[in-house]
Amino acid sequence: MHVRSVLRAARGLVNGGGNRGRLSVATVVLVQLRAFAVLILLIIGFSLLSPRFLAPDNLVLMVKHASLWAILAIGETFVILTAGIDLSVGSVVGLSGMIAGGLLYEGLTLGPLGSVVYFSAPVVIVLTLAVGLLVGLVNGLLVVKARVTPFIATLGMLYVVRGLAELRTNGATFPSLAGQPELGNTGFDFVGSGQLLGLPVQIWLMGAIAIVGTLIARQTAFGRHVYAIGGNARAALLAGIRVTRVTIAVYMISGFCAAAAGIVVASQLGASSPAAGESFELTAIAAVVLGGTSLFGGRGTVVGSILGAFVIGFLGDGLVLLGVTAFWQTVVIGLVIITAVVVDQAQQAWEKSREIEIVPLEPPAGTAMA
Amino acid sequence: MTIHVTSQPPVGPGADDVALRVRGVTKRFPGTLALNHVDYDLLKGKVNVLVGENGAGKSTLMKILAGAESPSEGTLELDGQVVTFGSPRDAAALGIRVIYQELSLFPNLSVTDNIHAGAEITGPFNRVRFAEEASRARELLAHLEEPIDPATLVGDLRLGQQQLIEIARGLAHEVRILIMDEPTSALSVADTEVLFRVIRELRAAGVTIVYISHKLDEVMRIGDRVTVLRDGRVVAQASTSEIDIPWIIEQMVGRRSDQFFRHQGHQVGEVILRTSKLSLAHPTISGRFVIKDVSFDLRAGEILGVYGLLGSGRTELLECLLGVHPHMTGTIELAGRPVLGPIPDRISAGLALVPEDRQRDSLVQTLNVEQNLTLTHWRSITRTPLVNHGEERRLARRLMGQLSIRARQPTQSIGSLSGGNQQKVVVGRALLVSPLVLLLDEPTRGIDVGAKAEIFGLISSLAGEGKGIVFVTSELLEVLAISDRILVMAKGAVTAEFTRDEATQELLVNASAGQMQSTAEVIHARA
Repeated sequence: MHVRSVLRAARGLVNGGGNRGRLSVATVVLVQLRAFAVLILLIIGFSLLSPRFLAPDNLVLMVKHASLWAILAIGETFVILTAGIDLSVGSVVGLSGMIAGGLLYEGLTLGPLGSVVYFSAPVVIVLTLAVGLLVGLVNGLLVVKARVTPFIATLGMLYVVRGLAELRTNGATFPSLAGQPELGNTGFDFVGSGQLLGLPVQIWLMGAIAIVGTLIARQTAFGRHVYAIGGNARAALLAGIRVTRVTIAVYMISGFCAAAAGIVVASQLGASSPAAGESFELTAIAAVVLGGTSLFGGRGTVVGSILGAFVIGFLGDGLVLLGVTAFWQTVVIGLVIITAVVVDQAQQAWEKSREIEIVPLEPPAGTAMA
Repeated sequence: MTIHVTSQPPVGPGADDVALRVRGVTKRFPGTLALNHVDYDLLKGKVNVLVGENGAGKSTLMKILAGAESPSEGTLELDGQVVTFGSPRDAAALGIRVIYQELSLFPNLSVTDNIHAGAEITGPFNRVRFAEEASRARELLAHLEEPIDPATLVGDLRLGQQQLIEIARGLAHEVRILIMDEPTSALSVADTEVLFRVIRELRAAGVTIVYISHKLDEVMRIGDRVTVLRDGRVVAQASTSEIDIPWIIEQMVGRRSDQFFRHQGHQVGEVILRTSKLSLAHPTISGRFVIKDVSFDLRAGEILGVYGLLGSGRTELLECLLGVHPHMTGTIELAGRPVLGPIPDRISAGLALVPEDRQRDSLVQTLNVEQNLTLTHWRSITRTPLVNHGEERRLARRLMGQLSIRARQPTQSIGSLSGGNQQKVVVGRALLVSPLVLLLDEPTRGIDVGAKAEIFGLISSLAGEGKGIVFVTSELLEVLAISDRILVMAKGAVTAEFTRDEATQELLVNASAGQMQSTAEVIHARA
């Protein structure tokens, strides 16, 4: 973090006026800073309370945990930026684990003769991601074509997709995803348990999704359109943006990320359970909101959501380290989320109050009184 | 029926003929100054008429009187005492009621429920006395000569009947000051007569009426005193016995013609846009049309003015051209080729729209100035998969220079610009796509005189470059100043067409009030 820009931001706030141009930069910094500041405070606090907290192996482990939330939150960010919401991501985690697990454990039964095909691990991953995209496509079509509000459309899909995951095995678990060397489908565990250059693959995967996600959001026309739709959907439509297409695409991005998270979970466990990912959608949304993205759309960043995911991950792991019960963790995380949004509201009201331009008054000349 | 009139408290000296005094009221919105030091007296027991063009500040003033907005500066004095309204409820408690033009009814509730909404007649334990409410509603409706069953759902009523329910609601309570915003816009001639009778009765009972209308003949019939607002100021006041309609029009538009850009004759080329029998059915009421059989041609380099009041279909006409309403019927040809498909295709074909309400339809508040400018033109800044920020900045700076958009930097937030500069951003966005035909919907609404002149200069030079311009406005002087040809719309149809030389203020006002010109007049107008 740039200390100087933080200082400048703080000074701008204290001065409270004069240079609006600098202030708006300062506020942008602060929006992103909020999750970052909380994260720093958490790290300082926990490291004081527990010497184990900052141990390298613990840090790597915590980052690995947080990566899972981050992957989900990145996808969710795109949806929320359009003023939508995706409640189906937790169920997609479950379904994609079952799809991958089934393909690895049982293969795919083809044709009437019952010949069974096994795919290599990379192909399984691609097919699983495709399922995530498909769920996203259905979500998007429900929202733009059937005009179901995003909350209801994806709530429905939360149930439908979870049900499909359970139907795959009637609720049973695929006990092993290791594959068999003679079938050529080993190596799936690399995603969740492997290491690359000394760090878990999961962290690299999150990093890659984060970079691509940030580029899409900040540097492409598509990203600009996402922000525009969330800021003013009618203006976006009249400006010639293909609102329907972009809206469908954000749900597909979310589905894709959720499937990636599902692959990570299944690969890590070496097994897939249809119950995997329950309530993950709430954690993902919480991370996005903590990261400063507005639920009303148009405002927020991918980086903010990643920071939000880290706050939630570090908070949970830190409290475990301190021996605090899981029930208190839930309460604390809830309070942190509420505080973040309260701060956000106050900040927005403050920003808005600054935007009223004082139009100079002219003397009421030329009034013709009859 | 009895009209409840609150007993008047003892009044201070010299205040006995003024019910409410508005003193130095100013109202600012982000980017605009809606009211500028307004002083206004409501004469007690009179019909106080408020007129002015769109954007003159009538509705803002009305909302301040009704407690729906609070003034940025200035005070209200009710019977000599300064009052502050935190909400419409506060104003209602003092006997100030509003009949809104945009109906504020609950379509899912019955007529009775609507009339008493927010002021239910209750008995012990706060229980609603339904029978009493219903009989009161029946009484009110009988008085308005509209014997509707009070149990009917409001959503099932005709628009005109709904407006009468809105009026009944205003009469249902003790009222000292009754504000009526375009109360006759959906009423038939017979219903209007009934309303006028009721207004006269109220006046006789000492109720102070504020009557806001565009229909100047009605204003002359029912009004006692006329107050004209223009650009947020009270510019003239007179009693109706001393004035006539041309005087009101003159005060409304002002003697601003010399401030306006003067029309320069320019070369008009081939027909570039041709529409034939455009119709758009009303979205909810079957058999009604928002636009009905509109056909016109537009030539390259021609400025076609479209004059009409709110609800005349002028905005929907432009929206139909751009493809906002896919269920529209009729044909559109641009440069000889049919215009079809969704909005982006029509923009690529050469149409660009500057919408009526820039906050609602154009600007994305969460994006900055340059991002708003390039919103439609994104293809040119994204030839590679990534946005070319250098090119975006270059385009933004060029436009900011060309249109003299006064912003400190291209990354400034759009909300911090003045209304005129925000509007120039919207126009700039449309120009970036190099349209063949530019559709302008009230491009000068709510912007200052200087910015207006700049926009007019721009429109003229664009026409000079051979672009076709459709210029929709409800400002008489503007449409007269800049158009080569003028279409007048009312109730979705074109009611008259004038060349630049034939058009006069009165002809336009009459045609826009809805009556079709007689055939002779139209032939004369076209000759």
